[in-house]
Amino acid sequence: MGRVILTDKIGIPGIRDFAVYRAHGGYSNAEKVLKEMTPADVSREVTKSGLRGRGGAGFPTGLKWSFLDRKTGKSRYLVCNADESEPGTFKDRYLMEHLPHLLIEGLIISSFALGVKTCYIYVRGEFRYIIGILKQAIDEAYRQKFLGENILGTGFSLDIFLHPGGGAYICGEETAMLESLEGKRGNPRIKPPFPAYKGLYNYPTVVNNVETLAAVVPIIGMGADAYARTGVGKSTGTKLISACGNINNPGVYEIELGLPVEDFIFSEEYCGGIKYGKRLKAVVPGGSSVPVLPAELILHTLKGEQRLMTYESLAEGGFDSGTMLGSGGFIVYDEDACMVRNTWNFTRFYRHESCGQCSPCREGTAWMEPVLRRIEQGDGKYSDIDLLVSIADKIEGNTICPFGDAAAWPVSSAIRHFRHEFEFHVEHPEIVKNMHHGSLIQYR
Amino acid sequence: MKNLIDHKLFVKENKMVEFSADTLKRIGDIILHYPGDKKKSALLPVLHIAQQELGGYLSVDIMDYVASLLEIQPIEVYEVATFYSMFHLEPVGKYVIEVCQTGPCALCGGEHILDHLKKVLGITTGKTTTDKMFTLKTVECLGACGTAPVMQINTEFYESMTTEKIDRIIEDLKNKGNQKPSETRWAELF
Repeated sequence: MGRVILTDKIGIPGIRDFAVYRAHGGYSNAEKVLKEMTPADVSREVTKSGLRGRGGAGFPTGLKWSFLDRKTGKSRYLVCNADESEPGTFKDRYLMEHLPHLLIEGLIISSFALGVKTCYIYVRGEFRYIIGILKQAIDEAYRQKFLGENILGTGFSLDIFLHPGGGAYICGEETAMLESLEGKRGNPRIKPPFPAYKGLYNYPTVVNNVETLAAVVPIIGMGADAYARTGVGKSTGTKLISACGNINNPGVYEIELGLPVEDFIFSEEYCGGIKYGKRLKAVVPGGSSVPVLPAELILHTLKGEQRLMTYESLAEGGFDSGTMLGSGGFIVYDEDACMVRNTWNFTRFYRHESCGQCSPCREGTAWMEPVLRRIEQGDGKYSDIDLLVSIADKIEGNTICPFGDAAAWPVSSAIRHFRHEFEFHVEHPEIVKNMHHGSLIQYR
Repeated sequence: MKNLIDHKLFVKENKMVEFSADTLKRIGDIILHYPGDKKKSALLPVLHIAQQELGGYLSVDIMDYVASLLEIQPIEVYEVATFYSMFHLEPVGKYVIEVCQTGPCALCGGEHILDHLKKVLGITTGKTTTDKMFTLKTVECLGACGTAPVMQINTEFYESMTTEKIDRIIEDLKNKGNQKPSETRWAELF
C-alpha cells in the first residue's frame, strides 16, 4: 500500500463539512502558519519540499512563487486553476468534490506566504455542482473566521471568490485564464511579461493548480523534509493519478511518486489490469497532450529499466522513446483500440479548442484533422502520413502558448510508434471502411 | 457594412428582457467580487445566469442587456459569448443533452451513446426536437473520464451511461411534460 498523504481524510463520513474536517485535524496547519510562521518560512518550506506544479508542467512551485513581484508593494493575486479539462484528467474534480476544505486551507496558507488578500478559484463551467460544493465550504470557512477580515485575530485577511469558466480548454493555460477572469475571450498572452509581474488586471499574480495548492497543507503538516523524503529524486511527494480507458478499475488514485508503471496498471490496488483480460496496447500517461507510448515502452525504458511514475522516468528517452507525467491523466488502451481513430479524435478536440490566435495552431489543427479523418475512413494516401508529421513539426514551438505543442505531440508520437496502423489504413481501405463503424473499440 | 445580426450568427427578438429583482441583487453582489473598475470580470457568471433565467439561450436582446448592466459595449459581450462553448446562440429545447465525444469516452463506447440518442430522439447533433423538448449536442472532454461514457443534461452530469439508462432517462424526462426542470441556479452559486 502506497503512502497517502494528500487525500488521507477522504473516506471520513461528512468530511465535506467544516466541523468534521476540523475535528480530524483540518485547518490546524493553516492555524499553525498564521500564528507561528512568517510568509518567508512558508515559502522556504514549499521550496524545500520539492513540490512541482501538479497541473501538467511540473514546474517547481517554490521557484514560481519566488518570481512574484513583492517589491513594488502593489496588490497581488492568487488564482487557483480548477479549469480541469485535459482529456483523461479528472483528479481536481475528485479533490474538490470530496475535500473542499483541504483546498481552502491550502489557499489560506499559500495566500499568506504570497502576501495575497484576494484569491479567485477559476472552476470550469461544466463543474457547476463542484462550484456549489466549494461555495458551501467557503461560506462555512467565512462563518468560522478562517476567511475574511483579521483571520483568527492574526491580522491576516483573505477573500476567496469563485469564478466559472464558459467551456474552453484553453483557459487552463494560465494567461488565458487571466484574460477569462477579466471577462474576455480566453486568448493566451504573449510572455514575458509573466503573470508574476503582470498578471490579473496587470498586478503580480500566481496561478497554481488545485492539487498543487492542496499539497501545501501536508507539506506544512509533515514538514518539508519529510515530504521531500517521499517519492524519488526530484519527483517528491505524492501525485493524484486519474486512470481511465480499458482498465478494470478506473478512478483517481494517490500514488507515491516512484511507483513502477507496471504495478500501477496491473495491481488490484490501482487499475486492476486490462478489461476483459485483453492485452495492453498503449498508454497516454499524462493527459491527451503527452506522447502516447506502446506497451513495451511504457513498462520499460529503451535501456530496459523499469519505467516509474516520476517526472524523470516517464521522460527518459526524450520524445523518441519517452513521454511525460503531465497532469496524471492516465489513459490506457487495450489491444483492440485503433490508434489512428484515437489520434483523429484527439486532433478533432484540439481543432475545436484552438483559440485561433496563432496561425500555426489554428490552421495546423484544422489541416491535420481532416487528413487524419480521411486516413481513418480509408481514403488516405501514403503521403498523408508524412504530411501529418510535417504539419505537427511546424506547429510545435511556433505558437505563443503550449497549446500548439499539445496539439502536435499526440500526432507525431502516434505516427512514431504506430506508423504500421496508419499504413494499414492506407493499404486496406476496404477492411477499414467496414471495421470502423462508430467506435474506437472495433479495431481487430 | 453588414452587421453581425445579418450574418445570422445571432438571433434578435426585439423583446424587453430583465432579470428578477432577486437575480439583480445577486448580480450586484457578484460584481463586488472584482475591483470597482473591473465590472467586466463578472461577464461569464452573468452570462450563465442570463442563459439559465432568460430563456435558455443568448439572444442579441439579452447580450445587449448584459452589456448595459456591466457598463461595457455590446461587442464585448458578443465576442465572449461566441468564444465559450457553454453559451447557446440560438433557441434550444427544454433539455439540452450534451454527449462527450473525446478519446476516453470514445474508448468506452461514447460514440454508441451518441448514436443511440440520435435514434431515440430522432434528431441529428445540433438539432432540437419539434416539440422543443430536447436539443442534442456533442461536447469535448467533460473531465469525468473515470465514469465514461458521460453526458450532461442542462449541465447536470450523467455518468457511466448505457443505452438502457438513456431509454429510462429520456422516458422520465418526457413524462415530466411541462414541468420546469429542476436545476441549481447559477445565481445562487457565487
